[in-house]
Amino acid sequence: MANVIVDIKNLMRLFKMGEETIHALDGVSFSINQSEFLTIMGSSGSGKTTLLNIMGCLDRPTSGRYILDGTDISSFSKTELARFRNKKLGFVFQTYNLLARTSALENVELPLLYNPAISSKKRKELASEALDAVKLSDRMYHFPNQLSGGQQQRVAIARAIVNDPVMILADEATGNLDSKTSYEIMALFQELNETKGKTIAFVTHEVDIASFSKRTIQLRDGKIIKDEPNKNVRNAREVLQNMKVTAVP
Amino acid sequence: MNLLNLLRISWKAISRNKLRASLTMLGIIIGVAAVIAMVAIGQGSKQSIQSQIAAMGSNMIVIRPVSNVTGGARLDNTTVQTLTEADVNALRKKAQYITAVSPSVSARGQVINGPYNWTTTVQGISPEYLSIRGWSLQDGVPFNEQNMKAGAKVCLAGQTVIQNLFPDRENVIGKSIRFKHIPFKIIGILSKKGENTFGQDQDDIILTPITTVQKRILPTIYYQLIFASAISENATAQAMSEIEKIMRASHRLQPGIDDDFSIRSQAELINAFSSTGRILTILLAVIAGISLVVGGIGIMNIMYVSVTERTKEIGLRMSIGARGTDILLQFLIEAILISISGGIIGVGLGFLITKLVGVFLHWPTLVTQSSVILSFLVCFLTGVFFGYYPALKASRLDPIDALRYE
Ligand SMILES: Nc1ncnc2c1ncn2[C@@H]1O[C@H](COP(=O)(O)OP(=O)(O)O)[C@@H](O)[C@H]1O
Ligand SMILES: [Mg+2]
Repeated sequence: MANVIVDIKNLMRLFKMGEETIHALDGVSFSINQSEFLTIMGSSGSGKTTLLNIMGCLDRPTSGRYILDGTDISSFSKTELARFRNKKLGFVFQTYNLLARTSALENVELPLLYNPAISSKKRKELASEALDAVKLSDRMYHFPNQLSGGQQQRVAIARAIVNDPVMILADEATGNLDSKTSYEIMALFQELNETKGKTIAFVTHEVDIASFSKRTIQLRDGKIIKDEPNKNVRNAREVLQNMKVTAVP
Repeated sequence: MNLLNLLRISWKAISRNKLRASLTMLGIIIGVAAVIAMVAIGQGSKQSIQSQIAAMGSNMIVIRPVSNVTGGARLDNTTVQTLTEADVNALRKKAQYITAVSPSVSARGQVINGPYNWTTTVQGISPEYLSIRGWSLQDGVPFNEQNMKAGAKVCLAGQTVIQNLFPDRENVIGKSIRFKHIPFKIIGILSKKGENTFGQDQDDIILTPITTVQKRILPTIYYQLIFASAISENATAQAMSEIEKIMRASHRLQPGIDDDFSIRSQAELINAFSSTGRILTILLAVIAGISLVVGGIGIMNIMYVSVTERTKEIGLRMSIGARGTDILLQFLIEAILISISGGIIGVGLGFLITKLVGVFLHWPTLVTQSSVILSFLVCFLTGVFFGYYPALKASRLDPIDALRYE
């Protein structure tokens, strides 16, 4: 069990709304091994984002244990959490969250700017490698408004992998994209998972998208109701190819 | 966190919105330019007044007669007759803090040279007068003790007099001019001194031995003024109290009786005018300082708007590893960069305005190093002070809330 990236035990996250207490997470336990591609599913309000925020060290659990890459972060301060995010994690958001009027390259460089150990030269190098990995080397100096939605999300993915994180966290990363572009993004995630061995935790409410991952956790009212490996993992690249074939009658 | 990286981050953030940055800067630019120009005008006028007064002879002390009669009709100072030859002799003999003493009696009237005439002042003085006033001769020689004793009809003429009586200015030395039917031989021409602080033309004068005036023009044994020169500008105060002592002894004034003369030094005059200049400078600086504060409030305003507008960006930065301190410093540096850049442009603009004022209005100006340094310092502090609260607000945002912000 040397390759456990995430170890979560009996995680609780409560929100007090006046008199009422919302159990956004109500005793969640699971673990993720290295190089897993996991989908977290569930209907709206089931606690997916809350869970991902805690996994992403953006939020702290009300109670329970969270060990990330061998470190118990339950007692970390805000500053320590920030450090940890910078070194260990990569985020991909539904709305891309790229800086406007900033080139793709500079957007990808951003996490490294907050790591003083990395030189200016190294930063450029790593950023262009990351853009290479998402196949956007030819768009390095484009601004976000000169890129399509799919391309913007690929820049965001490059930004998420530039610091070589132990895990990539994606919250509805295909939520703003049409199905073909969604499949392209999933193909990219699959490739990162298979060829580079990246651990990925992917939140979605679409069964179609979940079928590209190897394992699915189903949440309902802050509890895990199902956690099992996918039997028929689809290959996004093949799906895309078939789309092209059927598109030409 | 590497400060250089933070500078980079802030710089990029500013250049992403140049228009907003320039508009924010505008307040600072105007404020600093105002400070530089206003202080330059204030300092310039102060300096020009000082140098004008100093040109009149900075060690000079003037003794005037005054009436010490209290109650009753106060006499006009010009008709008060208290200054005498005995006073001058006493001063020459006893004073240690003064180097030269000269009495003075003046008369106004018309001087004539052939077809030319000119109304001017004939001032009778002793030879020391030139050194007291720091005045030199452009041509010729000064009169000597012998001329004094004889009451010789010789004179030194000022530039304005020469100009009006000898338009061609040829062979003036040795020529005679007539004043009240008395021919005076010009033995020297005074160098140009220009206007004094009060706008009087100092070159519109004829100097002659005081004995000549007392004997031939204005029969009197009293002096209108006594001029003296302190051994140095710093010794002026000592010289003045010494003069007072000697004069009181010479006039046999009992203790408790007011002086029947007044003593004024050029240094006092300089100080009086300098303090006017200083008040002017302070006043202008305060006005300009207020505009700087207004500029600073502008920065704070825009920084607050900017923090709200960029909430999502802040959330993103936090999610990829920016600490609260990094965000705080980023916004603080942005504010400081904007205010310092505004300061640099403002100093440039201030210089330009100062130049234009000098060229078109002919006002004396002086840009001092201290006003430039002070402006920069104030800009920096303005950036820190007015940038801090918006930056603090940004740094305290919760990353999740910030990311969710629309
Ligand atoms: N900051 C918060 N304050 C109060 N309630 C919250 C907060 N964040 C989430 N919740 C509640 O917790 C539950 C789970 O929310 P969330 O994790 O966002 O669901 P999902 O992402 O699965 O749609 C919801 O009922 C939501 O209203
Ligand atoms: Mg959600």
